[in-house]
Amino acid sequence: MRLRFKFSKNGLLKYVSHLDVMRYFQKVMRRCEVDVAFSGGFSPHMIMSFALPLGVGMTSDGEYFDLDVNSAPHAEKLLAKMNATQAEGFQILSVCRVPEEKAAKCMSVVAASDYLLGFDGPLPADFNEIIDGFLAQAAVEIVKKTKRHEELTDIRPWIYELRLQPDNRLYLLLSAGSVHHLKPELVWSSLCDYAKREDLPRISAVHRIDLYAGTRDAFVPLSSLGEEF
Amino acid sequence: MSVEKPERYIGGEFNAVMKDQAEVRFCLAFPDIYEIGMSNLGLQILYGMFNAWEDIACERVFSPWTDLDRILREKDIPLFALESQKPVKDFDFLGISLSYEMAYTNILQLLDLSHIPLHAKDRTWDNPLVIGGGLCTCNPEPVAEFFDLFYLGEGEISYRRLFDVYKEARKEGLSREAFLLRAAQIPGIYVPSLYEATYNDDGTLASFSPLKDEVPGTVSKDEVPDTVSKTLVTDFAESYYPEKPVIPFAKATQDRIVLEIQRGCIRGCRFCQAGFVYRPLREKPLARVSALADELIKNTGYEEISLSSLSSSDYDALPDLLGRLMEVCPERGINISLPSLRIDAFSLDVMNKVQDVKKSSLTFAPEAGSQRMRDIINKGLTEEEILSGASEAFAGGWNKVKLYFMLGLPLEEEEDIKGITHLSEKIARAFYDIPKEKRNGKCEITVSTSFFVPKPFTPFQWAPMNDAETFLKKAYMVKSEIRSMRNQKSIRYKYHEAYVSVLEGVLARGDRRLAAVIEAAYKNGAMFDAWGETFRQDAWENAFTSCGTDPGFYVFRDRDLSELLPWDFIDVGVTKSFLKREWQKAKEGVVTPNCREACQGCGAKKYGCGVCYETAV
Repeated sequence: MRLRFKFSKNGLLKYVSHLDVMRYFQKVMRRCEVDVAFSGGFSPHMIMSFALPLGVGMTSDGEYFDLDVNSAPHAEKLLAKMNATQAEGFQILSVCRVPEEKAAKCMSVVAASDYLLGFDGPLPADFNEIIDGFLAQAAVEIVKKTKRHEELTDIRPWIYELRLQPDNRLYLLLSAGSVHHLKPELVWSSLCDYAKREDLPRISAVHRIDLYAGTRDAFVPLSSLGEEF
Repeated sequence: MSVEKPERYIGGEFNAVMKDQAEVRFCLAFPDIYEIGMSNLGLQILYGMFNAWEDIACERVFSPWTDLDRILREKDIPLFALESQKPVKDFDFLGISLSYEMAYTNILQLLDLSHIPLHAKDRTWDNPLVIGGGLCTCNPEPVAEFFDLFYLGEGEISYRRLFDVYKEARKEGLSREAFLLRAAQIPGIYVPSLYEATYNDDGTLASFSPLKDEVPGTVSKDEVPDTVSKTLVTDFAESYYPEKPVIPFAKATQDRIVLEIQRGCIRGCRFCQAGFVYRPLREKPLARVSALADELIKNTGYEEISLSSLSSSDYDALPDLLGRLMEVCPERGINISLPSLRIDAFSLDVMNKVQDVKKSSLTFAPEAGSQRMRDIINKGLTEEEILSGASEAFAGGWNKVKLYFMLGLPLEEEEDIKGITHLSEKIARAFYDIPKEKRNGKCEITVSTSFFVPKPFTPFQWAPMNDAETFLKKAYMVKSEIRSMRNQKSIRYKYHEAYVSVLEGVLARGDRRLAAVIEAAYKNGAMFDAWGETFRQDAWENAFTSCGTDPGFYVFRDRDLSELLPWDFIDVGVTKSFLKREWQKAKEGVVTPNCREACQGCGAKKYGCGVCYETAV
């Protein structure tokens, strides 16, 4: 059966690369003696896939991976066992059982992700007006460089939400995944280009809140696509 | 400004110990990058042992790679320890591992970046006590000026006492000098500032003895020992072993469980420093090793377990141990790796069972190409054994073989050098002698030669070393001889950097006067000298010139048996007279039996443990 784990990655762990996060969770599975299903072939490995790699430097409360197991104890028991053997900053938040079809894989269903951007100084008092103006544009064009040529791409349709929080952080809900993946830093830099202001601070922290499946009118967290076990 | 692999500097790994407050704060340092340092067993042992003590908080620090190094200097940020991210300069102790000579300039990097005075004499209680430990403390003299103390021998023994003496001294408000004087009474502790070296006109050491003048303190200087004895774990069966090693996020060089099954070696290969200074051989009993394996598997989550020792084949209960591991490992998908194993029918059978289907390459270390030379170095391995081992391996489906040799061994002649090639060719023929349908494709033989570096406390400590030019000439000789072989296409040849080897030789058998050269080389930009990409030969050459030091003095001379050697004040167990006998036997090409065959009276028996007291079966 296939299990979907949701975990958080905080503090200095933001510097741990995606590849090493994978290696880390493989060790967690061994320490917890989870009855993992291995692939066949010459070098058997765990059948583990991550929803969306998190860039080095980012923290998150909404990371996911799917893992195939032969059997599993009750979810609560498994969670407690796994959380007893974590490095500080990692926490397993939930586990559920998901269908084993290819189309249901966590990496295939990701459609959006939301973020909080922190800054090294205060945002100007009239920043809400800047946001309104930015979002009111018919198109937000950025230059996308490919190997052969440069082309203009409109990212406006992929910005689902953008608002200032009372704590001087910026909330963004953006298209994510394999179709249109929009990085929050890119939105910020086009926002800066639009504002043409000297008094804008720089990004000091990028935090992912969660990953979602579904369509714009009905996004649901990846963790809600499974069932309890 | 970005740094490659920031994971190296964040700490917080699984099993890392976070202690907020402790009476004594100890920072363990390894003068190389994180991935190398974290693979060092000694570091994991000390880290676990120190943190198991309530009053000690032990943290770690490694050499920042050149990118972070630059940032720390530019922004004047003092180097910080991983666990607390607090400056290294605020610790009570900075313990630096001396694992290989080519890391010496990185010792200065660590001190410099930490904002700690490079020279022990310039330090006060405002600075940590800088203590060195590890294999290279066999001859700590080239770096003596940079250390307040050295710990000679195995760390499990005297650190508890050192910390107690330290705590007492601080409570009493003792001066730093008075504390060091007390510390010098502890077994295994060497305080270089309490000793003085004088030299003869020809540059050789004339005397080396404790300073006798009065220093305010509670212990008189008369009690500073003339000879410093290393410490050795006599109860190896029960001694501390880390059951919860720190698991790096980044992939370390040793990305596996390391389980030490024995310490020391019975073989007595005459070039091998570890083989002499870790004598006598002590085994961890099967029951303890098995219990440790279970714990380590549970506590780490690694997918591989490696049995560590200088010669695994000599571990008495090896078949039983492997049987036991076979019961627990494969079902959990854990591989078993067996380095330093003699290749014979037994080990091939074992490897067939324990390693996955992919046949990795097999490693042979004949060390020398001719039987004459193998006898000189006392490598008890005959050509028949090598060839039959290789044949069996080829018949068993292996087709990749790695061969390790040394060039520039004492008394070496042209025939010995060419022997390397001829032995490799014979191994290739052994492969093609196997009927086509029974062998596995083509054979790949990789021949590697290193340049021999004479080391202290080996019978070759008196031997002259080849210069870089001679080394290279010999390497070319091997290369061209391989080209003339029938199976040359199956043989690949690699050789080490020659100048670096000579430098290693200088630092290995050097004396106190070399500190100036090391410092000058560091200031000229030398760092990470063991890394090909960062090695700066000019920095070293200029350092020798500006200090007026002839590196050849330390390496190219035939040292007289009566010469006072810089490391003679250390008692490592094996005696100088034994080493002299072995040097003589080497010259005569006479082989010495191993410890289990016949005791040679090397001196290690005085520790009262290990193979010296095994009852013959």
